[in-house]
Amino acid sequence: MTANDVIYGINGPVVTVKNTRTFSMMEMVYVGDSRLVGEIIGINDKFTTIQVYEETTGLRPGDPVYGTGAPMNVLLGPGIMDNIFDGIERPLKAIEETSGSFISRGAAVSSLDLEREWDVTMKVKVGDTLKAGQIYATCPETAIIEHRFLVPPDVNGTVKKTAKNGKYRLMDVIAVLEDENGNEHELTLCQKWPIRSARPCEERLPATVPLITGQRVIDTMFPVSKGGTAAIPGGFGTGKTMTQHQLAKWCDADIIVYVGCGERGNEMSQVLDEFSELIDPKSGRPMTDRTVLIANTSNMPVAAREASIYTGLTLAEYYRDMGYHVAIMADSTSRWAEALREISGRLEEMPAEEGFPAYLPSRLSEFYERAGRVDALCGSEGSVTIIGAVSPQGSDFSEPVTQNTKRFTRCFWALDKSLAYARHYPAINWMNSYSEYFTDLDPWFRDNLGEDFIKYRNKITSILHEESSLMEIVKLIGSDVLPDDQKLVIETAKAVRVGFLQQNAFHADDTFVPLEKQKLMMKAILHLYNRSKRIIAASIPISRIMELGLFERLAKMKYDIPNNKPEMFDQLISDINTALSTLVDS
Amino acid sequence: MILDYVGVKEINGSLIVLDNVDNASYEEMVDIRLENGTYRHGRIVQIEGKRVVVQVFEGTKSISLDNTRTRLKARPMELALSPEIMGRVFSGAGRPIDGLGEIYPLKRANINGTPMNPVSRVYPRNYINTGISTIDTLMTLIRGQKLPIFSGSGMKHNELAVQIVRQAKIADTDGDNKFGIVFAAMGVKNDVADYFRRSFDESGVLSRVVMFLNLANDPIIERTLTPRCALTAAEYLAFECDMHVLVIMTDMTSYAEALREFSSSKGEIPGRKGFPGYLYSDLASLYERAGMIKDSKGSVTQIPILTMPNDDITHPVPDLTGYITEGQIVLDRQLEGSGLYPPVSVLPSLSRLMKDGIGEGYTRADHQPLANQLFASYARVQDARSLASVIGEEELSPVDKKYMEFGKLFEQYFVNQGYHENRTIEQSLDLGWKLLSTLPRAELDRVDDALLDKYYIEDSDNLSFNTFSGENNAADNDDDD
Repeated sequence: MTANDVIYGINGPVVTVKNTRTFSMMEMVYVGDSRLVGEIIGINDKFTTIQVYEETTGLRPGDPVYGTGAPMNVLLGPGIMDNIFDGIERPLKAIEETSGSFISRGAAVSSLDLEREWDVTMKVKVGDTLKAGQIYATCPETAIIEHRFLVPPDVNGTVKKTAKNGKYRLMDVIAVLEDENGNEHELTLCQKWPIRSARPCEERLPATVPLITGQRVIDTMFPVSKGGTAAIPGGFGTGKTMTQHQLAKWCDADIIVYVGCGERGNEMSQVLDEFSELIDPKSGRPMTDRTVLIANTSNMPVAAREASIYTGLTLAEYYRDMGYHVAIMADSTSRWAEALREISGRLEEMPAEEGFPAYLPSRLSEFYERAGRVDALCGSEGSVTIIGAVSPQGSDFSEPVTQNTKRFTRCFWALDKSLAYARHYPAINWMNSYSEYFTDLDPWFRDNLGEDFIKYRNKITSILHEESSLMEIVKLIGSDVLPDDQKLVIETAKAVRVGFLQQNAFHADDTFVPLEKQKLMMKAILHLYNRSKRIIAASIPISRIMELGLFERLAKMKYDIPNNKPEMFDQLISDINTALSTLVDS
Repeated sequence: MILDYVGVKEINGSLIVLDNVDNASYEEMVDIRLENGTYRHGRIVQIEGKRVVVQVFEGTKSISLDNTRTRLKARPMELALSPEIMGRVFSGAGRPIDGLGEIYPLKRANINGTPMNPVSRVYPRNYINTGISTIDTLMTLIRGQKLPIFSGSGMKHNELAVQIVRQAKIADTDGDNKFGIVFAAMGVKNDVADYFRRSFDESGVLSRVVMFLNLANDPIIERTLTPRCALTAAEYLAFECDMHVLVIMTDMTSYAEALREFSSSKGEIPGRKGFPGYLYSDLASLYERAGMIKDSKGSVTQIPILTMPNDDITHPVPDLTGYITEGQIVLDRQLEGSGLYPPVSVLPSLSRLMKDGIGEGYTRADHQPLANQLFASYARVQDARSLASVIGEEELSPVDKKYMEFGKLFEQYFVNQGYHENRTIEQSLDLGWKLLSTLPRAELDRVDDALLDKYYIEDSDNLSFNTFSGENNAADNDDDD
């Protein structure tokens, strides 16, 4: 395309072009001689406004602007898995090879490796009728992920030609479709999709299956469903990133998309390091085999940070459409909102709350609504679960990003500074957090773990609430004056906090705890509680029970009882019985 | 063809506007010659067609609409670099001010730098021994980390920074002595800059220090460039000269305020407390320049110092800093008031990178559990104290009384330390165990029994803590328990 359009003004990442009618909204453009990637974000009769995804230093008025005729899109195909991209799907490993340790501008590298050959197996034959989203071929992408090639959502028709099974490169045509109008569509190993549009699905399904994370406070107290949405708000140092890492490592999704949005570079290199060393317990393969990383660190251009969330989400939806359960971790959505604010400020838009643009809530809701468990067009079930970290300014949960996120997510895992200071991790505050998925998920828990599980959970929750109101009194007059049954509540709640809610991410067994063990742990705590309550009712002082050291044993059962030996809980419970019966007998 | 533009169209704060400029590029440098023959330097910050907004580093004092001739330099702001910069003193905008002449550059680098590719980063794991118990044990500094000191006016952050510089064994693992210090002063008082210079001199490292000074009365535009110049120098020394560089930047609050001043004169929409909306991105573009890369043996470690206005940790500058840096060392006025040095407030302080740089093979296997337990126990002390303030210490339960005692000892002997006292990591860790031993064993729920068997001192009545007491300046005391 020839460049009739030239730069008029430059202000940070915002570039304007004067008097043009060439571009459409959200079109992707190349700016300047070094072809920096940009996107059209505003048009009026005088000026067209572009946000540029790279540093604009050195651009000058009169430099050309090239249109692409299409909205900002990403390339979807094999090679996404086990890769690391920046916010606009440029492969960082390939960029390292071309431009060294520091990212230079205008790096023109294809998102996916065009030369690599994939071992393709055809799934259709000539004469088959294919609908949009159906699978026409597969290939192994990593050792555990099979890549399923999908007919693009806007194409359908009858297969006219197919290639033989064999090795093909990304741009090779392996099938040709003819639609009802007689137009031919060539199907390759890849397709493009605009990042700001949700990919279509057949039907949305209710949220009835939990995402198992192995984190007790989440699975038991505040579960999230597959296809659900959760927010993790917390001030700095409360362990948002740590919690996100734990979820990425252990949750039972098939595929993890981890978006480092405006976060630390060293954190991303830690993820890279750790995930390639860490072996996925289910497949025995490195974690990276099922992980895609989007790394747009805080010093990378701000406009690309805004795009990174959508890029990650589009990749997640693509794998969902193949019939996978995908979990996307966005760390952190506040950085994304701030990028919105920053660009909005450059556009001199009228600010709403705290300088954020008025469209912040609608953008957030658009984002979270792209989560869901669906019947994909290919006929199988898939899901996208969104877990977004929020970094409230000044740890104040009343700021706009947290408040609006709260409206559009159904799980709220509030991280608490004082818990973090006491190194109680995960520092999820059980009083401020909530999950709206209980009613949807309870049938699943009932079927898989029995009615007891729900009963235990409710009891534990009520003990914690009771403790919290008792603590109000204790803060004023000390715990000595409480009657013994209330002291028991406080001691039990302590056992719940230390023994159950607190979980050690660095302990081989405790880092992931199966639901069965979670249930037995609750059972043990409640058993001691109920038995002690009866003993106290028989006027035996609680100090006598405390001397037995049973509460200390509960606090350490998470380490003492390995995950694969649930039968040891029977021993624990009978030990409790024996110890307590000595009190009654005497 | 070199053109001079005569006169300006508009002057606003430190900004001037030129009209009818051809061929200007974004962030290009300009020289402005005044009638009296003196030069000012500037940078293009906004272009609209032929109208160009220029930021004048030295300020616009005595510039009128007609008395200037402006020349575009056709290159962005660059810093002249060579290993000779060691031991030199520069202005905030990177010009030598020590009277020793210009630098003969081997290289010129854009002071904005380019972002490090996350793939090329090496995850920092080597711990730096600072000889300060609280930092080494509870918020370990790691090579390649950015660990700011959150302080307030009048507190001893400068002393702490100097002590870290003096005691940090930053180079000894490689055997050679290639380490350097880059010091960036932004809006600090002359005395403070001088204190650092003298202290570097006393510890014999002055020839390895590069100083960038923008004092409190220097122009604010230069202040916004100071950390960028300093970090460009640091990156050069680290990644091209293979040195381990420690960057001290003080005071980040002044830097952010300079940014705010500049932003408001540019007419930008303000965000929280009037700071520009891009403060986070701007601070990140500085802090993220710490780290290590695969192709080089060197490293950049940052210790930014910032004073929290009104000691408010939720003020935008400390708040955003905390979100970018890998932890923080928070100083506390109450501790300072009770005469403790360094007044490190343990609970809100944190090092995010420490978990992978300590333990077996780095420090000692018991380090992490010990640190967890100290944090947890000291957090419990705060509960006991707030209870005591209501019902009186006498009424506390025996366990709470033990915690009160523990808290006192912890602050007196663990936090408190002489200005010249350099404790080994073993001394610090052993001291930690000794303090924990004053608590009942059952209270220590963050460590497993094996460790307790090894380190817990059962006979807690005979513990003596006189080792570190009294003399604050007892240099290199022996651990003689």
